[in-house]
Amino acid sequence: MKIKLNKNDIDSALIQQIERMSGETIKRCYQCGNCSGGCPVSYAMDIPPTQVMRYLQLGMVEELMEANSMWVCVGCLQCFSRCPQSVSVANTLEGLRQLVLRKGVDHDRIEDIPLPMLKSAPQQAIVCGFRKFVS
Amino acid sequence: MKIPYYPGCTLNTVAKDFDTSAKESARAVGFEMEDLEQWNCCGASFPLTPDNIMGLSAPAKVLSGAKKAGDTLTTLCSVCYNVLKRTNKVMQDDKTRRKSVNEFMEDDYDGSLKIVHYLEVLRDDIGFAKLKETVTKPLEGIKAGAYYGCMLLRPFDDIGIDNAEAPTIMEDMLKALGATPVEFPDKIECCGAHLAMNNKEVVTRLSGNVIDSAVREGAEIIVTTCPLCQYNLESVQESVGATAAGVPIVYFTQLLGLALGQDIEQLGFDANGGAAKKYLKRKGLL
Repeated sequence: MKIKLNKNDIDSALIQQIERMSGETIKRCYQCGNCSGGCPVSYAMDIPPTQVMRYLQLGMVEELMEANSMWVCVGCLQCFSRCPQSVSVANTLEGLRQLVLRKGVDHDRIEDIPLPMLKSAPQQAIVCGFRKFVS
Repeated sequence: MKIPYYPGCTLNTVAKDFDTSAKESARAVGFEMEDLEQWNCCGASFPLTPDNIMGLSAPAKVLSGAKKAGDTLTTLCSVCYNVLKRTNKVMQDDKTRRKSVNEFMEDDYDGSLKIVHYLEVLRDDIGFAKLKETVTKPLEGIKAGAYYGCMLLRPFDDIGIDNAEAPTIMEDMLKALGATPVEFPDKIECCGAHLAMNNKEVVTRLSGNVIDSAVREGAEIIVTTCPLCQYNLESVQESVGATAAGVPIVYFTQLLGLALGQDIEQLGFDANGGAAKKYLKRKGLL
């Protein structure tokens, strides 16, 4: 894939906003791949954790907004736990989720949750799910 | 010794057995868990974006209320523990966020509470040696896999209950009860957590891996500290391999209660499809 690097994209206001929201310094990541190796759900992500950081370093936010990665991340913090640079991909992905949710766009709706699950699941699953998926 | 206790929403309802077995066991080893007079849900997830002040307000409210009951607060659910402990650290270390949260709550909480998990009380205040002496029914022949998951351990700098990659606190407790702990590779892996709500495929794979990994190493029963881990592992039983299917998934306090001589009918082993009862019977413990 050929990418034309553009300073305006790399240091865009949106990238700065993502850094501000997530508290992460995107350029600290040196692409060792430990996060993707430890992530239990990287197999299910359109763009796995290491590449999430690379896309952001290149200013390619649009691709990430279309990928499922932010919605599949379970926030288990294995990525952060094993990062030699103390970068949290989980925090970064939560920043991306918040970008969507703070615009009032829901990723999930209560009527889509299967009724047997609503009846039997621990409340914490629903409360946490709503924090992660609903604006 | 009395310790203020935060039950949280799940232990107050669907995981009541976890709550009652812990309280009974506490009495047997010499401390009393006192429910906070007033509490609310912790939010069930620590906000990972530091600018999300709203997400800190619910747990901060719990902490502020708990401070009026004492200097220490204990809890059982891994998620409550994680959220309360991390929020407490923010209130302790981060002046700016502390000010914002306090202004929003119209309160003045300073983060001076000490948050301890029930397992830490057993290890650090009671001591596993003393626990061993208190055991009336040693769990001989019980091969138990201690499943930690994520929230009890990570991030290490904020939580610090044990080594985040190779914890032993639950194995040490199991040994004190006379059981045989079984090490397995997936003991600190995630169960799929809140994806139970919308991604069955991921939960089936992750929880299935945990069960398979434990059974492959010889575990005959799996012990957990988290109602969501318990639910997720239990819910994928039909999807795992034939040898792993039906392995009982219980709270650590249920085995603790059994070893301390609690009445089996009060321990709630029925909730797990009766698998635990059958297993314990087979081992001659019932």
